[in-house]
Amino acid sequence: MVVSLGNYLAVSGILLVLGVFGIFLNRKNVIVIFMSIELILLAVNINLVAFSASLGDLAGQVFAMFVLTVAAAEAAIGLAILVIYFRNRGSIQVEDVNLMKG
Amino acid sequence: MIGPLIGTAAFYVFATVLIASAAMVITSRNPVYSVLFLVLAFFNAAGLFLLAGAEFLALILVIVYVGAVAVLFMFVVMMLDVNFAELRSGFQRYAPVGAAVGVVLLVELGFAYGGWKVSDAAPSLLASPTPVGVSNTEAIGEVLYTDYLLLFQLAGVILLVAMIGAIALTLRDKRTSRKQNIQKQIDRQVEDTLVIVSAKLGEGVPTSDIKRPLPPKMKAGHGDHGDDDHGHDEHEPAHAQGDH
Repeated sequence: MVVSLGNYLAVSGILLVLGVFGIFLNRKNVIVIFMSIELILLAVNINLVAFSASLGDLAGQVFAMFVLTVAAAEAAIGLAILVIYFRNRGSIQVEDVNLMKG
Repeated sequence: MIGPLIGTAAFYVFATVLIASAAMVITSRNPVYSVLFLVLAFFNAAGLFLLAGAEFLALILVIVYVGAVAVLFMFVVMMLDVNFAELRSGFQRYAPVGAAVGVVLLVELGFAYGGWKVSDAAPSLLASPTPVGVSNTEAIGEVLYTDYLLLFQLAGVILLVAMIGAIALTLRDKRTSRKQNIQKQIDRQVEDTLVIVSAKLGEGVPTSDIKRPLPPKMKAGHGDHGDDDHGHDEHEPAHAQGDH
């Protein structure tokens, strides 16, 4: 690594905070909430890769790959649910999602 | 190999663009721009991976995230006819609490990193140490298909389940789809479909004795099938009780 581990951790920490902030900021737009979750997972991946490169352990990169897999699956399922929800209700307002009264 | 100065400069460029585009993702007025900034963020994250020496993961990130996930987002954003201006109301209302949570999280992360150091025994505790002299892709392949084989296959199962789930959720069954009704097929009796007619010499078989699917113009009067005109299920026993 050309730069120290701390720089990578700072970048991924800021990215994670931006993702969390995005969830609060776009409370009504579920698509942007999904994108914020993708940002959080990206921060996790940067963390894993940075530690993997810094410690010389390949397990971090392997785990980053599995995180990538789960993120892709989650995006596919989430967007499918979004599409059928829009088909049924005609809106994607998060505050309207109270059919189950959970 | 790149020099340390160029590498450091590249790191700061990638990191700055990554954080700026991530900020644009969450604050952009139009979700289409959000998706495009997300693509930019993924590209820059791939650059950071490259600098850390994880070339395989960097390219996987570009292929999977930019090529698949971002395109999927783009499809959904463009497909749903949503009034996005309305969705942005309350943008200011939640900003302070979000900022408060974000600052608290960032400070906590800083504390966590400040009080953390690598254990002295770390080099002997590595799960799969990076081998020297082989490329990153080869090294990952060597551990992924041996030590992590079970997890690798489990990841494949997760992707399969996600694929089946997404298809099952969004597949809309049209009334005109020609699907198989197995229950009806099994329930069918010989008497429903087969009739033995003793043809008289020189007269042939009266067409009214032959069992066959009704032509579409007669089925239109049924009403219980809607626009289904494929005749996939009903064999009307018209005049089936022949007198022979």
